[in-house]
Amino acid sequence: MSRMLPYMLLLPATAFLCLFFLYPFSLVAIDSVTRDGVYSLENFQRMAGHWKFGSAFWNTMLLAAAVVPVQLVLALTMASIVSKLQTGRSTILYIFAIPLGISDLAAGLIWLSIFEQSGFLNSFLVGLGILDKPMLLLGYQTHWIIFLAIVLAEVWRATAIMMVILVAGMGLIPKEYGEAAQVFGATRWQRFYKVTLPMLKPSLQTALILRVILAFEVFAVVVALGGTQVPVLMSETYQWQFALQDRGVAAALAMVILGVSVAFTLLILRLLHVPKEARP
Amino acid sequence: MTQSAVDPKIRRSGRWVFVTGVALLVIWVLLPIWLLFVNALSTPEEVAAFPKSLWPSFDLASLSFFFGFSGVADALLNSVLVACATMILSIGIGAPAGYAMSRFDFAGKELFRFLVVMTRAFPLPLLALPLAVMFIRTGLDDTILGLALVHTTLALPFAVLITFSLFSGIPLELEEAAWTLGCTRLQAFIKVILPLAAPGIAASAVFAFVISWNEVFAAAVLTIENRTLTAFLLQSLDVSPLPLKFAGGAALVMPALIFIFAVRKYLFAMWGIANR
Repeated sequence: MSRMLPYMLLLPATAFLCLFFLYPFSLVAIDSVTRDGVYSLENFQRMAGHWKFGSAFWNTMLLAAAVVPVQLVLALTMASIVSKLQTGRSTILYIFAIPLGISDLAAGLIWLSIFEQSGFLNSFLVGLGILDKPMLLLGYQTHWIIFLAIVLAEVWRATAIMMVILVAGMGLIPKEYGEAAQVFGATRWQRFYKVTLPMLKPSLQTALILRVILAFEVFAVVVALGGTQVPVLMSETYQWQFALQDRGVAAALAMVILGVSVAFTLLILRLLHVPKEARP
Repeated sequence: MTQSAVDPKIRRSGRWVFVTGVALLVIWVLLPIWLLFVNALSTPEEVAAFPKSLWPSFDLASLSFFFGFSGVADALLNSVLVACATMILSIGIGAPAGYAMSRFDFAGKELFRFLVVMTRAFPLPLLALPLAVMFIRTGLDDTILGLALVHTTLALPFAVLITFSLFSGIPLELEEAAWTLGCTRLQAFIKVILPLAAPGIAASAVFAFVISWNEVFAAAVLTIENRTLTAFLLQSLDVSPLPLKFAGGAALVMPALIFIFAVRKYLFAMWGIANR
């Protein structure tokens, strides 16, 4: 009985993950390479042939490339600040962590209130006399402003998750290392670069993988700020599933997102390789 | 400490830079939320007007317009119901697995752990695509339970890893002491372990709630009549007036503020372990 107990405790979770994780994944994979029940690559051809696919793909990549490095630097700064604070630590931590609980849709709406035509940015610019009347910031003629707004909203919203992971990681680094470096005359920057950063590798790995995957899933922020003017892979998947009612192509797009996510996960694992013995 | 060697003037200016940096980051996080609430707490006319004031008129017209808008009350209720179901499912299924992983060594443990960690490497909302068909076949389409099952897939890996770290933090000796005093394994768990783990379990339940509350894509794909608030807002984005959007945004943000406050103590302990 007691030898079976752990398996019985694991059974519900295993069964659930098989039914709602592994099974749908095999379904979406099959959906992507079949058309009317026969094996065919037509879904992928349709997807790649659609005029929006190229821009959706590159917009997604470009957004990830613009957002993730900024977030990494910002999250590291926030985490270092928090680990140094003596007074008000928990308050500052709470404030920095707030965006963690805010959905991408809400973040999109928040930044919409700043960037829309009668919004706060225009009020500010007119108030300073830089503009004499509010300009249309999120129109099709100012594509780069939409892009900038999306980047800001994403950085604002999703830096918190990286920060939390890095703070947790910094808590695991023994204080003695930094103190030893200090005794040998290392400056603050040298201590950060030569001690903290290498010791933080496992957390950096988790934070980057999680963030890069979420960056490829970017969806509601883009829809809230750009409507259909900035297509991304996720919004195109939604379009094919709903507006165009084509499950096969939607599945093909899902496979593309999956492929990109897996490729980048492997790349990060490779680049930030941590030997098993070196894990804290 | 070698720091005493540094010129006090430099130290003071360094301190000043540090404090300014913290203040700027705090403003960076809080100001956008404040601006959303300014809009939500102003009249619809003020929301559409220009220029904007940085101070709300504390008028509830926008919010009452939002709550009176047809479909909003139902969407809000659906969001709460789905999130509660997700919370119960993911803890109910995840906590036993977390307990098993913390207390037993058994064949297949690493495999299970790998399966759980692997789920994080996939864009999970996409699971909604094939499930839409499966749900139509089983009659789960457009139901609270159907959507909650998908959201549980999102929250379950976290629930397993978090409860695993929680139970690992409680010494086995406590349980053994209870056994020698004549408790069965179940009694020992209920009387000794559960009271100690309860606050942490509640925190991970809140975390599951937030995950479900915020999810947009799967909710929009899987529900038509029974939309959640995020799906409702997304669906009506291009047609709804500004006050509706901003009041809706505020309604989405409000619970998040409270929940993150409620679990703030556990946030870092949870992630410290969930990392690996």
